[in-house]
Amino acid sequence: MNPFTYSSVTAVEDAVRDNASHEGAAYIGGGTNLLDLMKENVARPTHLVGLNKLPLTAIEPTPEGGLRLGALATNADTAWNEEVKRRYPLLNQAILAGASPQLRNMATNGGNLMQRTRCYYFYDTATPCNKREPGSGCSAIGGFNRIHAILGTSEQCIATHPSDMCVALAALAATVRVSGPSGERTIPFEDFHRLPGNTPERDNNLEPGELITGLDLPAKGFEKNFSYLKLRDRNSYAFALVSVAAALELDGNTITDARLALGGVAHKPWRDQEAENLLKGQPATPETFARAAAKVVEGAQGYGSNNFKIELARRAIVRALKQAAEGSQHASDVFLNSNP
Amino acid sequence: MLHPSTSSAAGAAGVAAPPPTGTVRLTINGQQHTLQIAPWTTLLDALREYVHLTGTKKGCDHGQCGACTVLVNGKRINSCLSLAVMHEDHDITTIEGLGSQSTLHPLQQAFIDHDAFQCGYCTPGQICSAQGLINEGRAHTEEEIKEHMSGNLCRCGAYAGILNAVKEVVDAKSNEVKR
Ligand SMILES: Cc1cc2nc3c(=O)[nH]c(=O)nc-3n(C[C@H](O)[C@H](O)[C@H](O)COP(=O)(O)OP(=O)(O)OC[C@H]3O[C@@H](n4cnc5c(N)ncnc54)[C@H](O)[C@@H]3O)c2cc1C
Ligand code: SF4
Ligand code: FES
Ligand code: FES
Repeated sequence: MNPFTYSSVTAVEDAVRDNASHEGAAYIGGGTNLLDLMKENVARPTHLVGLNKLPLTAIEPTPEGGLRLGALATNADTAWNEEVKRRYPLLNQAILAGASPQLRNMATNGGNLMQRTRCYYFYDTATPCNKREPGSGCSAIGGFNRIHAILGTSEQCIATHPSDMCVALAALAATVRVSGPSGERTIPFEDFHRLPGNTPERDNNLEPGELITGLDLPAKGFEKNFSYLKLRDRNSYAFALVSVAAALELDGNTITDARLALGGVAHKPWRDQEAENLLKGQPATPETFARAAAKVVEGAQGYGSNNFKIELARRAIVRALKQAAEGSQHASDVFLNSNP
Repeated sequence: MLHPSTSSAAGAAGVAAPPPTGTVRLTINGQQHTLQIAPWTTLLDALREYVHLTGTKKGCDHGQCGACTVLVNGKRINSCLSLAVMHEDHDITTIEGLGSQSTLHPLQQAFIDHDAFQCGYCTPGQICSAQGLINEGRAHTEEEIKEHMSGNLCRCGAYAGILNAVKEVVDAKSNEVKR
C-alpha cells in the first residue's frame, strides 16, 4: 500500500469537509474492497476518511412507510434485521448470497454500492484497462472474458458490477441518499450506477466528494413472491456469473406487479422494465416467464468466453420467476439458491 | 486519530516523506496495547508483527481464505482487510484469547478429537470463525454450518472433520440452552 494519512470522523459534515480538504482523499467504510485495491496498487488514495464512527448505522422506518438503511450499517446487520427479513426478504437473500460471514460483518451498505468490478485486468496493473487507466485499451475484449458483461457494454469496457445486494436494491426500486460539498440529494437506484460508454472510469453518478448516507426502500417489499437466484462456479463465497432478482405480486394466478433485475451481466445492476411490463397482467405460467426472459436477453452480446451467459441468463430468469410465483423462497433460505 | 508529527520532513527532492507513524491503542484478548504504527498497518499485521500474536495467520491477504479471522466485539472479521487504526475502541479476540495450552477451548478440543486439520495453517481462523458462528446462533444443521463456515478455506481439505468438530460444539451449546 502507498503511504496515506487517516482521520476518523463522527459527523457527516466533518466527513465531507475532511474529504474535500485533502487532495486524493477517499472514504473508507468496511475497507473490504478499498484495501484490497490499495494492496494491488489499483487504488492509491493519499488520505482516508474513516467512516465507521458516523451515526449512520440505524435501520428505521421512513415517513413514507418504507425502511431506511443506514450507509454504515453492515451488510450482515442489514440482512439479519427483523424488518428486512419480514418485509424485504429478497434483500436478505441477495446479501446472504454474497461474500462470506466475515466479509458481511465488515462490509457497509454504502461501500457495497461503491465496490468496483472484479475484472481481472482491472486488478492487474501490468495490463491495459480503460477503467483503471482511461485510453489504455480494454484487455478483456479479445482476452479472457468469462465473467464479463453481455448487456449494455461498450467498445471501451465490458466489465460487470459485482454486487448481489445491489441487484435486489434495483428490483426493489430503492433510493440512494447522498450528502456532498453542495448539499444533500437523492438518486433513484436505477440512475445510480452507469453504463461504461466512453467513460468506463466512472462506475456511478456520485459526484466527487459525495458521501452515501443511506438507502430508502419503498413500502412495497414483495415479501410473498420473490426469488434471488445466484449461479456461480461454487455454491458459496463466489461472485455471480449470473444472478436474478425476481419479485411478483399475484392475484390468483394473474401477475399484477413484477420486478426483474439481473447481476453479473452488465456494468450496472440490470433492471428491465420492458420485461416487467410483459409480465404484468399475464398469467404466471412458464410461457409468460419465457417471453420476459427472451426480452431481457434480446440485445445480449457475448465476447467469446462469456457467450454461455446469454443462455444461462435466459434460463435463470425463467427459473427465478417460477420460484417467485411458487413462493418457495424464504428469508435467509440461502441454501435453496441454486437448487431448482 | 493518528497525530501528525510536528517536524515537516519533506525530502530535498520535493518528494513528501511518508506520513509518520501514530499511536494506536488496541484491546486484544482483554489486554491494552499501545502501538506506534503507520496508518496503513492492517489489523493482521499489527497482531502478528507488533503484538507478536502469531496465532492469527496470513493466507491470501485479500479476504479470500479466512485464515486471518479474528473476533471484534464478538463478531468474526477478516483482519487482513481492515486497518488497525479502525479498531481503537473495539474488543479484539484472537485464537490466543480463546484457549490456552493448559485449558483448551471446547472448539480446540473438538478439532483434535475429529482430526479437523492436517497442516493446521487454517485452524486458528477456522476456530475463531466457528466461535463467531456460535455467537451468531443461526447455524444448527450440517447444511447451515457448511454455508456459515464457507468463509474459511482449508487447502488440506479437512472439511469433513471441521464440520464434525463444529457440529459437536454447536450441538453441545444448544443442549446447554435447553437444559
Ligand atoms: C473475497 C471476496 C468475496 C466477495 N464476494 C462478494 C459476493 O459474492 N457478492 C457481493 O455482492 N460482494 C462480494 N464481495 C464484495 C463486498 O461485498 C464489498 O467489498 C463490500 O460490500 C464493500 O463494502 P465496504 O464497506 O467494505 O467498502 P470499502 O472497501 O470501505 O469501500 C469501497 C468503496 O466505497 C467507497 N465508500 C465506502 N463507503 C462510502 C460511502 N458511505 N459513501 C461514498 N463512498 C463510500 C470507498 O471510498 C471505496 O471506494 C466480496 C469481497 C471479497 C473480498
Ligand atoms: S472490461 Fe473494463 S475493467 Fe476490464 S479490462 Fe476492459 S476496460 Fe478494464
Ligand atoms: S489472509 Fe485474510 S482472508 Fe486470507
Ligand atoms: S489444515 Fe492445512 S489448510 Fe486447513
